[in-house]
Amino acid sequence: MSDTCELENPVEKLLRADRIPHIWCPGCGIGTTVNCFARAIQQCGLDLDQLCIVSGIGCTGRVAGYLDLDSFHTTHGRAIPFATGLKLANPDLKVVVYSGDGDLVAIGGNHFIHAARRNADLTVFCVNNFNYAMTGGQVAPTTPLDAIGTTSPFGVCERPFNLPFLATSCGAVYVARWTTYHVRQLTKAMVEAINKKGFSFVEIISPCPTLYERRNRLGTGLDRMKWFKENTLIRNGSDTRYADIGFQEKIICGKFVDVDHPSLLEMTEAKMADLLSRRRWQEISRRQRKPIGGEAT
Amino acid sequence: MSDNNGGLTGAYFLDGDHACAEGAIAAGCNFVAGYPITPSTEIVERLASRFPDTGGTFIQMEDEIASSIAIQGAVWGGAKAMTVSSGPGISLMMEHLGLAAMTEVPCVFVNVQRGGPSTGLPTLPGQADMMQARWGSHGDYEIIALSPNSPQECLDLVIQAFNLSEQFRVPVLFMMDESVGHMTERVVIPSPQEVELTPRRYTKLPPGQYLPYKPADDLVPEFAKAGDGYRFHITGLTHDERGYPVMNADCQTRLVNRLVDKIRNNVDRIALYHEDSIDDAEVVVISYGITSRISMRAIRLARAEGLKVGHLRLVVVWPFIEKYVRSLAGQVRALVMPELNLGQVVLEVERCAAGQCQVVSVPHAGGAVHHPQTIRDAIVEAAR
Repeated sequence: MSDTCELENPVEKLLRADRIPHIWCPGCGIGTTVNCFARAIQQCGLDLDQLCIVSGIGCTGRVAGYLDLDSFHTTHGRAIPFATGLKLANPDLKVVVYSGDGDLVAIGGNHFIHAARRNADLTVFCVNNFNYAMTGGQVAPTTPLDAIGTTSPFGVCERPFNLPFLATSCGAVYVARWTTYHVRQLTKAMVEAINKKGFSFVEIISPCPTLYERRNRLGTGLDRMKWFKENTLIRNGSDTRYADIGFQEKIICGKFVDVDHPSLLEMTEAKMADLLSRRRWQEISRRQRKPIGGEAT
Repeated sequence: MSDNNGGLTGAYFLDGDHACAEGAIAAGCNFVAGYPITPSTEIVERLASRFPDTGGTFIQMEDEIASSIAIQGAVWGGAKAMTVSSGPGISLMMEHLGLAAMTEVPCVFVNVQRGGPSTGLPTLPGQADMMQARWGSHGDYEIIALSPNSPQECLDLVIQAFNLSEQFRVPVLFMMDESVGHMTERVVIPSPQEVELTPRRYTKLPPGQYLPYKPADDLVPEFAKAGDGYRFHITGLTHDERGYPVMNADCQTRLVNRLVDKIRNNVDRIALYHEDSIDDAEVVVISYGITSRISMRAIRLARAEGLKVGHLRLVVVWPFIEKYVRSLAGQVRALVMPELNLGQVVLEVERCAAGQCQVVSVPHAGGAVHHPQTIRDAIVEAAR
């Protein structure tokens, strides 16, 4: 026994220590989400060798590289189809897609809606910081109306996506939204999403103090956390149609959808089992109809 | 005849697309993602109906971009995977051809070439994607491309395409064309015992000792699949032997040179070509794919006029057999190259010939094949 007090970060085992320090800015919320994710996978009690994490490109796209799992940092927007192939090739794997708003719903929007439609057996975590952070704060399809980005210097004049509504309307079986302030709720939502069969989706609202908050004069990362604390409305079960996010308007959080529908794998397996037994039956009946050795019966 | 695994054996009357599908099954392919596009659709249609028997998975993705990366996810999951498309779809796949080259994913991209550019001639042949096959994705890399000229070769060579992709951990382009894809001929499907397959180069090292991008002597790293406890990281960023991103010129130089050299240093092992009467030829026709069959006819016409004409048919088009063509150019008066494009692979021939002999392009914009007389005329003109 050593007489010094040995403290170990409980999630350290899940991180690639040789890749730290990470690239995220002070006050960024992505690290908080990784902490929640690490605790969530500990709580799920998964075999970590069977857990894969797939990211696209962007600040959140770097999450895969910091986790000590089989991890894939793919191309911009394409984490979901990569993950779909991975899961179909080895259904024993638990496949989590972890990426940003620009990656998942702008360039990757088509893949997102189709994976939700087919109820692909994937868990998707989307860190929404309201802008393209890796490239310097450009407008995203999630940037609230009137907010400033480097490519919307006079304020955005396009309506943003309401991601929980998008996911719900495309068929996601689990849909939740939390901010990086709500670490306990977020961790619980991550556990539920990971354990859910089919396409589960959690949107995580995160500060980007270096770009979004700075350009829009919203203060530091800490200011933003206080703002999240005071300006979120928890509405579990709320109709996602009303989960739009306006500029500096209250953010509706909660678990919105938790329903059961057969997943892509379940539907495929059922179809194949039915097809193969039908074909086998046809084969057997064909064999039975064959005349045997010319014997008249 | 069908074996227990659903594979077919024996002689069939198949078109090139169907033969390609059967070849993929014979090669052990068990994952295909695709998107409908003429003239390649029959390949995915056949696989969609055949895979339940062979234990494979087919998924029709939302687009070609998704198809070309879904197969890579599947490979990391342990599958043998292929995607199938034509012109416009192949253009969309270029992003992930680059990813497969960079992350060294063994997989096959089938391109049943049609007339281009853009939507072009969906139902008619072309060979105008040959340079795209070689250079289509951004950055420096090397790939392998094969070009079959018959339904039988669609079957035999797609097996070879899988083998080469496994051997060198590189995406292999299977450059069919509409004519070969829709041409129906006798195709003999070999029994599984007759098919030689190159196994995936799985590492034998335990987790902890394994480095995902540490090259073996032939510059190809060993493979580990997801779920086996290796906890590896794969990225399209420039990466070191651990697979970790490293943003500097040293790492870039090491990685990109290796990706290129693992193919360039092995051109002789990869090369596959057919020669006919090269030794005493004054003129040699160089061709590939459907154009090689038209060339055979043109060569017969020219020989009937007493000309000494040889034929070099490229089966593996990329990597290009530079040394061979360079020495060939020193022996002949002219090299004649018909292609269903306005002069693509002929540029490589010119480069390698380096002025030693005349190089004659016989271009054709696509939509049909050459008339044999056109190629014959070019041969006669070159021999004069």
